[in-house]
Amino acid sequence: METIKEPLFGKTLKELVQITVDLGLPKFTAGQIADWLYKKQINSLEEMSNLSRKTRELLAEKYDFGTNPTVKVQVSADGTKKYLFVTGKHQFIETAMIPDDDRVTVCVSSQVGCKMGCLFCMTAKQGFQGQLLAGEIVNQIRSIDEAEAVSNIVYMGMGEPFDNLDEVLKSIEILTSDWGYAMSPRRITVSSIGIVPSMMRFLNESEAHLAISLHTPFDEQRKSLMPVQIAYPIAEVVDEIRKWDFSGQRRVSFEYILFKGLNDTPIHVKELARLLNGIKCRINLIRFHPVPGTPLVSPDEETITHFKNQLNDKGIFTSIRASRGQDIYAACGLLSTKEQNSLKDKG
Amino acid sequence: MQSSIQNKHSLKPVLITGNVEISPNVFVISWKRAGDFDPGQVVKITADLKDAPRIYSICSGNREENISVLFNVKPGGVLTPHLSQMKPGELIYVSEPYGSFSCDESSAWWIATGTGIAPFYSMIRSGRFQNKKLLHGVSYANQFYFEDYLQKVLGSNYICCCSRDKNGVHFPGRITDYLQGLPELPKADKYYLCGQALMVVEVRDLLIQKGVPYSQIYAEIFF
Repeated sequence: METIKEPLFGKTLKELVQITVDLGLPKFTAGQIADWLYKKQINSLEEMSNLSRKTRELLAEKYDFGTNPTVKVQVSADGTKKYLFVTGKHQFIETAMIPDDDRVTVCVSSQVGCKMGCLFCMTAKQGFQGQLLAGEIVNQIRSIDEAEAVSNIVYMGMGEPFDNLDEVLKSIEILTSDWGYAMSPRRITVSSIGIVPSMMRFLNESEAHLAISLHTPFDEQRKSLMPVQIAYPIAEVVDEIRKWDFSGQRRVSFEYILFKGLNDTPIHVKELARLLNGIKCRINLIRFHPVPGTPLVSPDEETITHFKNQLNDKGIFTSIRASRGQDIYAACGLLSTKEQNSLKDKG
Repeated sequence: MQSSIQNKHSLKPVLITGNVEISPNVFVISWKRAGDFDPGQVVKITADLKDAPRIYSICSGNREENISVLFNVKPGGVLTPHLSQMKPGELIYVSEPYGSFSCDESSAWWIATGTGIAPFYSMIRSGRFQNKKLLHGVSYANQFYFEDYLQKVLGSNYICCCSRDKNGVHFPGRITDYLQGLPELPKADKYYLCGQALMVVEVRDLLIQKGVPYSQIYAEIFF
């Protein structure tokens, strides 16, 4: 029976030091390994040419290199790409690459499926299938065609990042450390539905930007859209955010998907202004792209623009996020669900 | 100084007063109640402060001496295998009860799978079961926790769906099969769901498909 080896890709420098100690190797080997993992485009232990053959053999007894190529890619007319990765038996995750002038933004997944059950989300319909390791998160950036050009990373793909916080924080450490990809944390945004204890830990332990999925300021309405409201009401999430300083370079934003006749009224504008009063933030309005079985539709462009203008008039900086990749399965969860269903159909 | 939110989520030591296996690998663990709570609320629990706490619905009544939660043992899990071995007098760490999965007196359907029965059992033990219908879905008949009590209190408003044991007593199939077979569902009723995410999403989609407004549907999810 083939033994499944642990991946080295996704280990922090501290973990690599421990591995070298356990294998009886000099500690400086950890730095050399990190260099090969995160600074050079190789895909096997064999290619770590400044390590001795014996060291490579010792590593190979217990570890794999651990990167994972894409299995499918869809390309939109606007240049957006949707990549599909396989993480386990019949488990798919999606990664989106969104080019925009001189920026290349990658939208990564943090879980396979999701536990949160939001009414408007396609990923929710897969249920929860597993956590991604830090290496599987970073691999979504490292293994796409545009890896060298990536300028921004958003954790807005499949899954709830704060439900897999240890691995998400590890992945951010790899992306931002000098021994890793040395990216600025200001180019990374983590989006969450607002799991308060994890959010507090994230704000303490990371410098990346925070985005919160808000979608309605009203308690009862949010409960019917997002079950998390029962455990962590948005008022508590905002109260906690209010204690943090976002006047410097670190940003907090609120994601707001507009649903026709539901959360696009003047009453919502008024309540949003009250809820977010005193917080230096922005609201990103998002057009809703229908998912099967969901009784929600997007308002027309006029309503969206009017809603944006009303919020701006209230002093909340608000923008409308451009819809990208509409001709491919760009809404998160659509492509992987289609791929899983296709596998099921084949038996 | 800690905020009220931090206080609510901070963990305090309590002594276990009972830990009973009520079905294979399913336990009810209890500790002394120190304050009020609303039936439907959850608590965080850990046996070791080094490990991240897990969230469980309270299953006891709000006037009972002890607070209890229902848990099943997840093989290889960090918390539950250890928790299942703990004895009265030993220490665990729990948060204050929190959350707002609570019902008013209006007509409602409670829909649960497995240990998702816990918040509804707490509501019933607290005397809040008027105008309520309870659907419990499990794989095997020995997973109908508290069946005798629920049968006695709810009578015909307690519906058991069993997907793998076909015993002629319980509805043979999943909750979605049961709901699918109903000619119609009351559209003015409220629907409260508790269980794994996939069950919640499937049942919610089905209810919406059968004409229930989504604003009448509330879900408690495990995470």
